[in-house]
Amino acid sequence: MSTDLTPGSPGNLPATTGTADGAGREQPLYPLAPHQLRLTDTDPRAAKRAERQVATMFGLSALLIVAFVVAYVMVQTDQYLDLGNIGKFQLSNVLLGLTFGGAVFLIGAGAIHWAKKLMADEEMVDYRHPAATDDETRASLLEDFNDGLAESGFAQRRMVRRTLIGALALFPVPLVVLLRDLGPLPGTSLRETIWKAGERIVTDVTLRPIRPSDIPVGGLVNASPGSLEEVQHAEGNMNERAKAVIILVRMTPEQIKSQQGEGWDYNGILAFSKICTHVGCPIALYQHVTHHLLCPCHQSTFDLSDSGNVVFGPANRRLPQLPITVDDAGYLVASSDFHEPVGPSFWERG
Amino acid sequence: MSLTTKVGGATIDYVDKRTGILGPAKANFRKLFPDHWSFMLGEIVLYSFIVLLLTGTYLTFFFKPSMAEVVYNGSYVPLKGIEMSEAYASTLHISFDVRGGLLIRQIHHWAALFFVAAMIVHMFRVFFTGAFRRPRELNWVVGGIMLMIGLLEGFAGYSLPDDLLSGVGVRIVSGIVEAIPIVGTYLMFFIWGGEFPGTDFIPRLFIVHVLLFPAILLALVGVHLVLIFYLKHTQYPGRGRTEDNVVGYPLFPIYTAKAGGFFFIVFGLITLVSAVVTINPVWAYGPYVPDQVTADSQPDWYIGFLDGMLRAFPNWEWILFGHTWSWNVFIPGLVMPGILFTALALYPFFESWITGDKREHHILDRPRNAPVRTGIGVMAITFFGIATINGANDLLAVGFHLSINQITWFTRIGLFVAPPLAFVATHRLCIGLQRRDRDKLLHGRETGRILRLPHGEFIEVHEPITDTEKAVILSHPQRRPLPMPAKTDENGVRTPRYRWRWIQAKLSSFWYRDSVETPSAAEIEAAEEHMRHGIGSEHEHRGDFEISHHEIGESETVEALTSRSEED
Amino acid sequence: MTRAPRRRHPFAGVAVLLVGLVATGTAFAAVNAGTSAQASGAVASQTQVEAGRQLYVEGCASCHGIAGEGTEEYPSLIGTGAAAVDFQMQTGKMPATSPGVQVIGKPRNYSDDEIAAIAAYVASLGAGPAIPTAAELDFAGADLSEGGTLFRTNCMQCHNFAGKGGALSDGAFAPSLMDVDSKIIWEAMLTGPQNMPIFSNETLPPESKQAILKWIDHLQNDKDPGGLALGSMGPVSEGVFVWIVGLGLVLAVTVWIGAKVR
Repeated sequence: MSTDLTPGSPGNLPATTGTADGAGREQPLYPLAPHQLRLTDTDPRAAKRAERQVATMFGLSALLIVAFVVAYVMVQTDQYLDLGNIGKFQLSNVLLGLTFGGAVFLIGAGAIHWAKKLMADEEMVDYRHPAATDDETRASLLEDFNDGLAESGFAQRRMVRRTLIGALALFPVPLVVLLRDLGPLPGTSLRETIWKAGERIVTDVTLRPIRPSDIPVGGLVNASPGSLEEVQHAEGNMNERAKAVIILVRMTPEQIKSQQGEGWDYNGILAFSKICTHVGCPIALYQHVTHHLLCPCHQSTFDLSDSGNVVFGPANRRLPQLPITVDDAGYLVASSDFHEPVGPSFWERG
Repeated sequence: MSLTTKVGGATIDYVDKRTGILGPAKANFRKLFPDHWSFMLGEIVLYSFIVLLLTGTYLTFFFKPSMAEVVYNGSYVPLKGIEMSEAYASTLHISFDVRGGLLIRQIHHWAALFFVAAMIVHMFRVFFTGAFRRPRELNWVVGGIMLMIGLLEGFAGYSLPDDLLSGVGVRIVSGIVEAIPIVGTYLMFFIWGGEFPGTDFIPRLFIVHVLLFPAILLALVGVHLVLIFYLKHTQYPGRGRTEDNVVGYPLFPIYTAKAGGFFFIVFGLITLVSAVVTINPVWAYGPYVPDQVTADSQPDWYIGFLDGMLRAFPNWEWILFGHTWSWNVFIPGLVMPGILFTALALYPFFESWITGDKREHHILDRPRNAPVRTGIGVMAITFFGIATINGANDLLAVGFHLSINQITWFTRIGLFVAPPLAFVATHRLCIGLQRRDRDKLLHGRETGRILRLPHGEFIEVHEPITDTEKAVILSHPQRRPLPMPAKTDENGVRTPRYRWRWIQAKLSSFWYRDSVETPSAAEIEAAEEHMRHGIGSEHEHRGDFEISHHEIGESETVEALTSRSEED
Repeated sequence: MTRAPRRRHPFAGVAVLLVGLVATGTAFAAVNAGTSAQASGAVASQTQVEAGRQLYVEGCASCHGIAGEGTEEYPSLIGTGAAAVDFQMQTGKMPATSPGVQVIGKPRNYSDDEIAAIAAYVASLGAGPAIPTAAELDFAGADLSEGGTLFRTNCMQCHNFAGKGGALSDGAFAPSLMDVDSKIIWEAMLTGPQNMPIFSNETLPPESKQAILKWIDHLQNDKDPGGLALGSMGPVSEGVFVWIVGLGLVLAVTVWIGAKVR
């Protein structure tokens, strides 16, 4: 029993954990409470009842497994159970889940019920050992280690030691170098999209070219470059789509407070990148009265009537604007590519 | 000898003659484990992990980790004829054309949510009871690493189907990788095999999800369990419990039945939930296309705190020497989680440095007896909670008719203000509970019986608390803070590392500040003697006095009397 | 918020639609000798316009001006068309009780006849989108999958993947589409009420709108096949479920296992 007041050691406690026995083990201040018999220990009928309960659970479990197999065979995946207001259920999912889940649950419940009611429940006491290895073994290990070290000559043969260390230090290099071809270098790809002067603007999905008169004030069009589908299928990926998609909005010319370039609109029609400058979610939550565009991922808010500047949220940069005009046939086209990289910031962006 | 024993005996004999397994088996066969519901939290994690391995293996038989475009022609009508990746198409196939496929998918995903939730609850159980103290610090670190890998593994898993919701999540992660100074762009190009989204990511993520992370997790689970066996389980204070012993039930047969049975229970419950509650309805989100997004784009709940921090962080970005520093993404996306996980892993070492306590501990602390630690834990929960809630700010805005902007500002301020407040409140609460413990030892338990003394005074009868309660309260070894270091020793030589030790001592005195002294043995003895005497005399004179029984709180008068008697 | 989405009989939507159409049609037939309002062509009868003008002056003019020219705070109705009036008044958003971030729908306080009359009057002020005809709203022939793609591209960002609605900035929100009938949705796309942008018939042609209606009908009537949908709010409701119900159940079992037996 310790009563010393040295830092980090037990303080003035009268009997924190009791006194030590002959083997130096602490004895508890209050001994273990006497074991209390359960009803099942004293009443054979109660024990019999518990046994029957456990057996019922195991038996039911087996029955449910049979039911599972029956359900698997009988019910196809296109059968549904429509419970109106409660929901619609894939019948096979419900039946397989309830039978299998029930069966498994009952095995567990039975086993635990068995353990609690019928298995001996007297608490036992065991002694702990210190985590550390005993001193004798440690000393003997150290001796072995020193013997081995001496036998290897690792300490004396400096040249071997140093070259080995050097070789080991370099050996992971190929493992890292080999990762180089995981992907191409960025190059200028993050600064370019397939938009170019004269590139038709078409509606998403329906791919219709757009006349300025098609968009009323307050209108919104989700659009992309006319050649996108072709490029996408040729390249076999959606990389260009992920950069080139835009939204078109129209406001009255007086409502436009500023733009990223002189005359980049066409009669109040503005084209902005649809990719958020924060971490790249597509944004089209446009409120045509306030001209705010909200990102659904992190709530960056851009004012499209004011050069697409950030008015709220974690994004720092304005939404890049695409300069547009109309071609000879009267359809909206891009006047050039974006003048700044679209999407999230990156180190080389500057 | 029954048949089972014969067969079992023969098998064991066969195996032992080839492996010598009986030696180690003997050492652990009747190993004792203490019984407490909170010791089963870790088991929930282990069992959901096993469920994940089983169902995950099944899913790999049907899932095609490929981003090649296909036209869907399966049996889910609303998506017929749509172009999508093979990964998404095969997920639909599993859900609608494989019998039981939807069930296994839902079990897998629900089990993942259980897995992480149980991991976090288990971690806080270990934290609040101080179970991470020596000799278990390394097991705490192992647990921390498992938690981190668990989160990443979960993210990888729900990203694999390549549905619209998860695709947006992957896009966000690519944006976070791009925000890493200097190497970010290159890293992103290497990981995604070029620009986003490319066609390499899903196959690469697949192998990470089904091989790399599970293998690491499995190895760490092994280490975690071996250490639990080797060090023996901690136990709560109580009668018969000391730092030198372990009181409980044997592995065989009690825990074979209880823990084994609990595996089936966990498996069964997850399956029952999966039978009736849908999870991650990928068919409703549609295939991933980089220009589509849904309102309420959220990650799975355990990534919510990261998303919440990303949403709340101010939009700081620098352009310095021609390079972009995206603090607005880099700090909440990588630096803050990095700091949080490092702090988490290093906490045990930090605490033992402050307290100077390097002893082995096997009796668990009661949270009230380590007010600063408990306060830190509640502080962490508060921070995590607010960040997570902000990860769903758009849903809250709609549900409670608030503005997203208001919630974001609340979070920006709340993340800094609320955790310290939670700390102070928790600390006070712990000290209050310590005082109550001392009161209970010295004055016993309030019985609610009011006694009127001959001269008209009312008192409430107190009874000594039970031995079980005493054993619990007295289990707490009281310690002293580290002494303030002297600037110089007696010879005028400056104390080495004085500043460092000064900080340590300051923190140490903060750690023990306001702690209530446990009464000494003599005080307790005297108090018990007093109580025995008091009650005894009451019994003797019972016939002479007017005695009335009241429940505490029955009327104001009784309450007033009660509080008066407490002052005595 | 209710957890379980509101369910209706599979045919409820169709029935409501039919009743609505019949009612509107009858109202028109009664006053308008069977002509349905067309964008620029057919003009409502003079009596109906006059009746509408009366109602307008009583109920709307204080904000929108005596001849629909608008006031400083409230918009002009010239050129907004019959569809906008029908949308605003059928949903009870107009007449608005109080201006705010967003005008909320409420039980309407005008009859179909009265709304049709006001719509005819406003349409007479200047050409604008007309109330869609039954033929336009007939989406039976539309392509469901394409409707899904169009919905995901144009609608889902605000109204959520299941049409449950979602948050916008500064306290505004996109409403749920769950109990809205096709005509109202069509009118909303065409007229852009409040903060919703306009999806004109030129950029989102009628056949695309029909496909979208078909998809929304699917969202309204075909429930999620996976079981209880937890409000279709994505992973958040799943997380809440696993903490409260899931862990709750498992912890209850741990307490049972750990409890002493008598």
